[in-house]
Amino acid sequence: MRNPDKKLNMLKNKHLLGLKGYPAKDLQTIIDTAYNFKTVLDRPIKKVPSLQGVTIVNLFFENSTRTKISFELAQKRLSADTVNFSASSSSLTKGESFKDTAQNIEAMKIDAVVMRHPTPGAANHLTNFIDSVVINAGDGTHEHPTQAILDMMSLHEKFGKLKGLKVAIVGDILHSRVALSNIYGLITMGAEVMLCGPSNLIPVQLKELGVKISYKINEALEWADAINVLRIQRERMGKSLVPSIREYREMFGITSKKLSQHKKEIVVMHPGPMNRGVEIDGDVADGDQALILDQVLNGVASRMSILFLLCGGKNSNGEN
Amino acid sequence: MSLQKLNSRVALQNGSLLDPYNGEIYSGDILIEDGKISQIGKISFEGKVEKIDCSGKVVTHGFCDLHVHFREPGREDKETLETGAIAALAGGFTRVCVMPNTNPPLDTPEAINFIIKKSETLPVYIHPIGAVSKNQDGRDLTEMALMKKQGAVAFSDDGLPIQDGSLMRTALEYSKLVEVPIINHAEDECLRAGGLMNEGKVSSQLGLDGNIDLAESVMVHRDIELASYTKAKLHVPHVSSSKALDHIRNIKLSNNKISAEVTPHHLFFNEEALLTFNTNFKVGPPIRSEKDRLDLIDAVKDGTIDCIATDHAPHTIEDKETTFDLATFGMIGLESCFGVVNRVLVEESGMDLIDVIKLLTCNPRKIMGFEENLFKIGAEVELTVIDPNLEYIFKKENIKSRSVNSPYIGETMIGKINYTISKDKLYRDVDAINK
Repeated sequence: MRNPDKKLNMLKNKHLLGLKGYPAKDLQTIIDTAYNFKTVLDRPIKKVPSLQGVTIVNLFFENSTRTKISFELAQKRLSADTVNFSASSSSLTKGESFKDTAQNIEAMKIDAVVMRHPTPGAANHLTNFIDSVVINAGDGTHEHPTQAILDMMSLHEKFGKLKGLKVAIVGDILHSRVALSNIYGLITMGAEVMLCGPSNLIPVQLKELGVKISYKINEALEWADAINVLRIQRERMGKSLVPSIREYREMFGITSKKLSQHKKEIVVMHPGPMNRGVEIDGDVADGDQALILDQVLNGVASRMSILFLLCGGKNSNGEN
Repeated sequence: MSLQKLNSRVALQNGSLLDPYNGEIYSGDILIEDGKISQIGKISFEGKVEKIDCSGKVVTHGFCDLHVHFREPGREDKETLETGAIAALAGGFTRVCVMPNTNPPLDTPEAINFIIKKSETLPVYIHPIGAVSKNQDGRDLTEMALMKKQGAVAFSDDGLPIQDGSLMRTALEYSKLVEVPIINHAEDECLRAGGLMNEGKVSSQLGLDGNIDLAESVMVHRDIELASYTKAKLHVPHVSSSKALDHIRNIKLSNNKISAEVTPHHLFFNEEALLTFNTNFKVGPPIRSEKDRLDLIDAVKDGTIDCIATDHAPHTIEDKETTFDLATFGMIGLESCFGVVNRVLVEESGMDLIDVIKLLTCNPRKIMGFEENLFKIGAEVELTVIDPNLEYIFKKENIKSRSVNSPYIGETMIGKINYTISKDKLYRDVDAINK
């Protein structure tokens, strides 16, 4: 394996804000490096000194379980110093501005910020005020680039390639940052993408990005090599977006019955957290064709790779 | 820049006199005596007179803006009547109408009187627009007749579109008593659904909630139907979409009491500008697609749009330097107006300068019932001297408004105001004059 401690080619962009326009070469570098880091996770001592002395702040202005844990684990495996900051208890609720909060934190001498925020563009906005590396851990309904990268790594691991792969993204596309980042990333890497879900939850303008759109789950399953099943947010139920859980399950829920109507084995992914019995049935989620737990492990490896490529190499030779 | 008291005798010499009201352009001089035009044409000057060389420049009517927010009373940290007046002069405006969404709003005769009294000594004419509903809450009519007596020139709940069709009908019917236009920010709140930018290609790629163009056109259609039924005067502000234009174009064939304005920013930018999440582009109604923009330009050319209005909306840095959802709507626009519309409409779209000047002078004046013929002997002076060819970069440090929320900073403008003469004041832009 390549030594992850060795300084690699720097990525083109200083930050990771989203995958719109992100270079294919850099996505491949991130995935390749993630494979290297994944081997670290199989060792008895799961830690390398790659980011020793690097300070990373995890700014979470919105609830998150797995993304936050995944980033934190990735940082610890790389020996970075980390600080966590959560939103509801933050000074933001006391009226301090986003800008002041960001600048105050940076004044304490940090190297990178991983941010989750409910507003689209929040990560882009943060780069206007601070010099640290900014990694977007999800900004509202805009992008969630690290999720898309771990999804692509999982597909790459399973199929050995991304080019030409047919991936259907199923669910509420309109409100999904996971969908948008996956669309950008997959198209860049030469995969084909189909969006499938209720017609009111798929913005037709996304066709301009080169994706297919279908409102019939059977069409998507017939076409796809893999499906990425999005979480249906329960709070959207009944708000005239999705009339009811049972109707959604009937129309779009991934059940073994629907899958069995198609000959080829379709790989099933889900970014979590799952609503079992709504967008995905338990037996499918736990079945052999599901990559769901691989995605979680690859999430740590991908984030190690991203953190290393964006923040690494700083201390070894004194340059950024 | 400098602002000084107008001397008792001032001569504007050798300018290209552009008279939008009579549709004439001729070279000549204008003599101003004691704040009034005393001679126009070829003049031989005798006695003590301050001479201003206008050769190579266009001398025309002072501009009139039907739609500005000067934030007084309530948010004097953003703009005051005084700072707004200076920004107006810098943009060539001698007359503006201020919207009533202040704090408290201009919803009583006393509030209207406050603006009138406070503006008396300011160097531009400031006309208050009264609120349609008390507290702008969309329920009960204000005392329109008493407010008109104090000086209200129109009524609007701008910023808070009138959702209740019955109230809109009543307001239009009642407005015939006072013979002034109703101006309704046309947006159906349910259809808008909290949208932050135009719903379309860009919003779907940014994940920002979209504001569909139908939210505007549905409301424009409702207002037009009500105005036609009641035979009242309706002015449609800041039209942003092709769909709304279709309704306005159509009604104008049979109803001459309906007028419409467009802002410079809807003519200049399209939704792609928002790709950087720059909150200075967050405006209501939103900046829409390139097709909408081009259709707006065509609508200006064919007369569907009557005038340019800036919707000058000052906000503090803090109000704009925040995440997109929290940022306030609006941009300042008085000072960038001419450089933008001259670039878009004359340089890029092939309109004649005189037709663009009409959109800033006699057309808006006609809508409000202000004097349209300003090039006449004895008229109170309201003049603007422009260098229509000067190309320059719009810079933050030159902004006179108290707020700097302008997305034009760094953009190339074509055409700059050199002098604005209004009431007893002479404004001059020394940098522009010496270029």
